[in-house]
Amino acid sequence: MAENIIIIGGGPCGLEAAKTLRDLGYAPIILEKKQELGGHLRKWDRLFPEGVQAKQVLKELTSGLKGIEWHTSVDIETIEKSRKGYTVTLSTGVSYNSPALLLTNGFKLFPAEKKEEYGYGIYDKVITNADLEQYFAKGKDNVIKKPKTIGFVHCVGSRDEKVGNRQCSKVCCATAVKQACEMKELFPDATIYSFYMDLRLFGRNYEDMYLTAQKKYGIRYIRGRVSEVSEDIDGSLIVKAEDTLLCKPLRLKIDLLVLMTGIVPENSSASLAQQLNIELGEDGFYKPKDTILEPCMAENNGLFMAGACTGPKTIPETLSEARAAAVQIHNYLNKSWISGIL
Amino acid sequence: MIKEGKVKIWSDYQKEIPDDHWFYVRSCIRQNFFPAAEVTFLKILREELGKDIYETPRHTTCGGIAYHLECIPQETQMTIIARQFALMTEAGYENYTCSCVTSFGLYSETLETWHEMPEVEAKIRENLWKSCRMEFKVPKYLAHTSDLFYKFRNDISAKAKYRLVNKETGEPLKVVEHIGCHYAKMFPSKGVGGAEYPYVLAGMAESWGGNIIDYPERRHCCGYGFRQYHVKANRGYSLSNSYKKFESMEPYHPDMIITNCPGCHYFMDRWQYVIAEQTRKTYGQNGYGIPVFTYEEVAGLTLGYNPWDLGLQTHQVAVEPLLDKIGIEYNASEKYLGTGGKLICTPEFPMSIKCC
Amino acid sequence: MDFGYSLSKSSTMKIENLENSKFKALAKLEPDATKCIGCGCCTASCSAGVFADMSLRQILLSLQRDCQDKYLPMLQNCMLCGKCMLVCPRGINTRHLILSICKIYGIEQ
Repeated sequence: MAENIIIIGGGPCGLEAAKTLRDLGYAPIILEKKQELGGHLRKWDRLFPEGVQAKQVLKELTSGLKGIEWHTSVDIETIEKSRKGYTVTLSTGVSYNSPALLLTNGFKLFPAEKKEEYGYGIYDKVITNADLEQYFAKGKDNVIKKPKTIGFVHCVGSRDEKVGNRQCSKVCCATAVKQACEMKELFPDATIYSFYMDLRLFGRNYEDMYLTAQKKYGIRYIRGRVSEVSEDIDGSLIVKAEDTLLCKPLRLKIDLLVLMTGIVPENSSASLAQQLNIELGEDGFYKPKDTILEPCMAENNGLFMAGACTGPKTIPETLSEARAAAVQIHNYLNKSWISGIL
Repeated sequence: MIKEGKVKIWSDYQKEIPDDHWFYVRSCIRQNFFPAAEVTFLKILREELGKDIYETPRHTTCGGIAYHLECIPQETQMTIIARQFALMTEAGYENYTCSCVTSFGLYSETLETWHEMPEVEAKIRENLWKSCRMEFKVPKYLAHTSDLFYKFRNDISAKAKYRLVNKETGEPLKVVEHIGCHYAKMFPSKGVGGAEYPYVLAGMAESWGGNIIDYPERRHCCGYGFRQYHVKANRGYSLSNSYKKFESMEPYHPDMIITNCPGCHYFMDRWQYVIAEQTRKTYGQNGYGIPVFTYEEVAGLTLGYNPWDLGLQTHQVAVEPLLDKIGIEYNASEKYLGTGGKLICTPEFPMSIKCC
Repeated sequence: MDFGYSLSKSSTMKIENLENSKFKALAKLEPDATKCIGCGCCTASCSAGVFADMSLRQILLSLQRDCQDKYLPMLQNCMLCGKCMLVCPRGINTRHLILSICKIYGIEQ
């Protein structure tokens, strides 16, 4: 009978890892705390750099799950380590055993209301990148009504020690460039500003997206972080920043402000780390055994981790890690069985 | 504007304010500019609310103005504060409240410094012993006096004779609240409502019947800024900051401004005259300015105290149009009478801004 | 009345109802005008800029923010040597761009 492998988290990473493990002859069990599989991908409309539909990717990932057991709305009560591996017990009393455990519990988006000065949840016309994706997906929104001037704010909750996040969230710059172009497609007469500290367009074809945004769509990039947002008497927003390339303070009146919320560790990471004795980095993400040579392996035996639970990642990076982790689990089990450890 | 979002932030930034037994220290400048504000504070707490609040004539300045003007070093300023704490300890109190926002900021900063660097506290204890032969305990609770009125806002409202409502239309008055920078900008958790959406004065105004205006430059400094105002070469910046605020609030047609900081009351009131002289611009109705009040004065007005006993005749901007709007009774001929009914003097009226 | 001090002029750029038809005209003539990434290579290697103020990067930005008055006179220092064109990582035809700016904004070269 095929050996069970427990995967905590049913987002893109967990799903891809499960499929690889199944193909390697195991019987993976995905435990997902949300009501549905798919993670943050469910909330997104299109993916950079080419604008592939998230729905399409999600469909691909969530289909062909034959041979994979999955449970949603799961609440994990305890995880115990034994000589034979791990026992995960749910709040319903059900337990699962597995010789190895894979953590793919991902990330959460920075709660934008924590940056009080931007007024998310207070000023009607301040929305987040996730809200905008919902608008793209649904095609309607109570706030977005033919905006003439739109602002994008990069690094909301990223590179900001004031809110306790020193790290760069890596994917928001590319997302902001993508979303700005999409808005210009929808509202060709709108003027769109993007406030950035540094533009970190690291991946293949991302620089081309930026060039297109500048040249084809005329997105105006302003180097400077938004310091404060307020609401004017007509309900529009007033944004303060410095144009740091001109060394001048700037005041901009706009109809819609999109906050590019960053990537922070998922709430469950801290408690899982405590139960499993995993070290957390200063940024709150899991510390792997070796960031260069063993990014998918924990210090303790039989424990593996992949995807955004070890730091911000793009979807293709996450999927590659999922496959890598699955193969490493396979190798680990083979070695352990041969040597008689398990 | 989504009210629930603000309510959420307000509930996140609540501080513990004890109910009674306070050691009280005054501001250096308020007694000159708004002479009855502090008297009214004590009167309301003692006579209306029956609270125990203690003050001693031996207390001094906190050293704030000199410190912010770089005339005295931090060590001296901390020793002055230590002496105030020693007076509190001597009198048997643990709750410390100060009337001035600059002081509140300095007390918060000093306590934080001592918390982070106990060796500094030890040095200050030594300084105080050497210079005054005094010892102190740090206060258990520190509050700005506006925190106290915030806490008791509904008790004051229950006794109020007037509400911040237009008596003709029944509409709530449009109130601008202005918070001193050092109230919460340095330590957001020490202020009621935090630094971005402070609730301390907004809570009072709402409780007393008014409607708060949230205008774009609400968070901006009044411009006093010590080195802006006190150095004449910089004084234009001081004026310009207030000007920026008035320009920003103007479209909302505010009925009144309430502030909780000595510098802010003063400059938001007096600069309206200077702006009128320089630009011919006034911000109130019919050539008047927007009246500026301390929260104690507003509390006194709602409780039905005589406006002239509240010292409102010393304001630059005339308060009468607002008193009429609320329906507060006053005797115009008694405005400039001193104690015993003797006319002190009648001030010269400016041409640029209408006064009564 | 002279108080010995007066209101200071705000240094803040106000970008609202920005009438920027000139920049639009420039971008139409010179699609590369929006491609600058502000790297500063043009300024660093400018033959004129070593001795006089000349920064194409700043000029381009000021045109977009409609605060060009202070910046445009710098163009008169340009010698059209073409060094900036050589170093621009975005391949902007800077000489042509400078001439177009002069034309649209009425600067005599």
